[in-house]
Amino acid sequence: MANDTQLDLWEVFTQRKSGTPFIHAGSLHAADNEQALQNARDVYTRREKPYAIWVVPSSEITSSTPEDNPSFFDPGDKPYRHPKFYKIPKGVSVDIE
Amino acid sequence: MLADDRLILSHRLSELCGHGPSLEEDIALTNVALDLLGQANELLTYAAEIDGNKTADDLAYLRSDVEFKNTIITELENGDFAFIIVRQFFFDIYSYFLFSELIKSKDERIAAIAEKSLKEVTYHLRHSKKWFHILSEGTEESRTRLIDAIDELWSYSNELLDSNEIIDSLESENIAPNMTNIKSNWHKMIKENFEQLNLQIPDITWFHSGGRVGKHSESLGGVLTDMQYLQRAIPNAEW
Repeated sequence: MANDTQLDLWEVFTQRKSGTPFIHAGSLHAADNEQALQNARDVYTRREKPYAIWVVPSSEITSSTPEDNPSFFDPGDKPYRHPKFYKIPKGVSVDIE
Repeated sequence: MLADDRLILSHRLSELCGHGPSLEEDIALTNVALDLLGQANELLTYAAEIDGNKTADDLAYLRSDVEFKNTIITELENGDFAFIIVRQFFFDIYSYFLFSELIKSKDERIAAIAEKSLKEVTYHLRHSKKWFHILSEGTEESRTRLIDAIDELWSYSNELLDSNEIIDSLESENIAPNMTNIKSNWHKMIKENFEQLNLQIPDITWFHSGGRVGKHSESLGGVLTDMQYLQRAIPNAEW
């Protein structure tokens, strides 16, 4: 792949409502954090109005590698790890499987 | 006048669609173009209602160059990216102070358009100001290009800020803003930014003018040919 001659890469996270999780929207190029926010507004909020936006330099993200995968276990036989045994009070909205 | 500035500048910016220096900037400039087109549409719609016999489309597509009252800076052919940014920066500062004044207009319709536009323009200004600073503090080449663009465009800046008989008479009815305030605010903000970036304000005393009374540069013809071609070729075309 050709070298990326554009500006630094940033990851964009948007939050739809106050209190909800920030969700990865995508990435973009920008000269600094201020411009990254402006570009994020232009590129990733055209179709939905967000409540808040985070931008993070992509280089600051530490990612696992495929070699780490054996250490991730499928907890299929450990249902007690899922908080499914509680009665959830009315009016509380939760987003668990 | 205000509608034509925005309509023509929007068209110039829309020519950059697909040609921006990066995907992000392409979208940003196109967003600005769309906002300006929206502002022009609202202003022309209002003008057409006052006229009574015309629609906004008639005003946009069926007037000749001498009937357009936009400033010359808005019609100039696009230069390099520094040119685009300097032109936007000059225009956005002007627009920002213009709409800040117009929200107080006695004409409620104008005040409402100004209120909506001010939100958009605040963002446009943040965008062009950011790039103005980045280019100034970027590489030697970006700074040279920025200074070239400032030197080229400075003589067009004054026309945005000049008053004329129409503005004066509307100002006396508290409909149009006081251009003297806008002018001094414009210069104040320019001075702050130039000082911060150690840029020289060009020592020019002669300024272009004439756009407001329909005396344009050669460039306007090109914009109008492009913009009005379909309507002229196939009158009342719809799709």
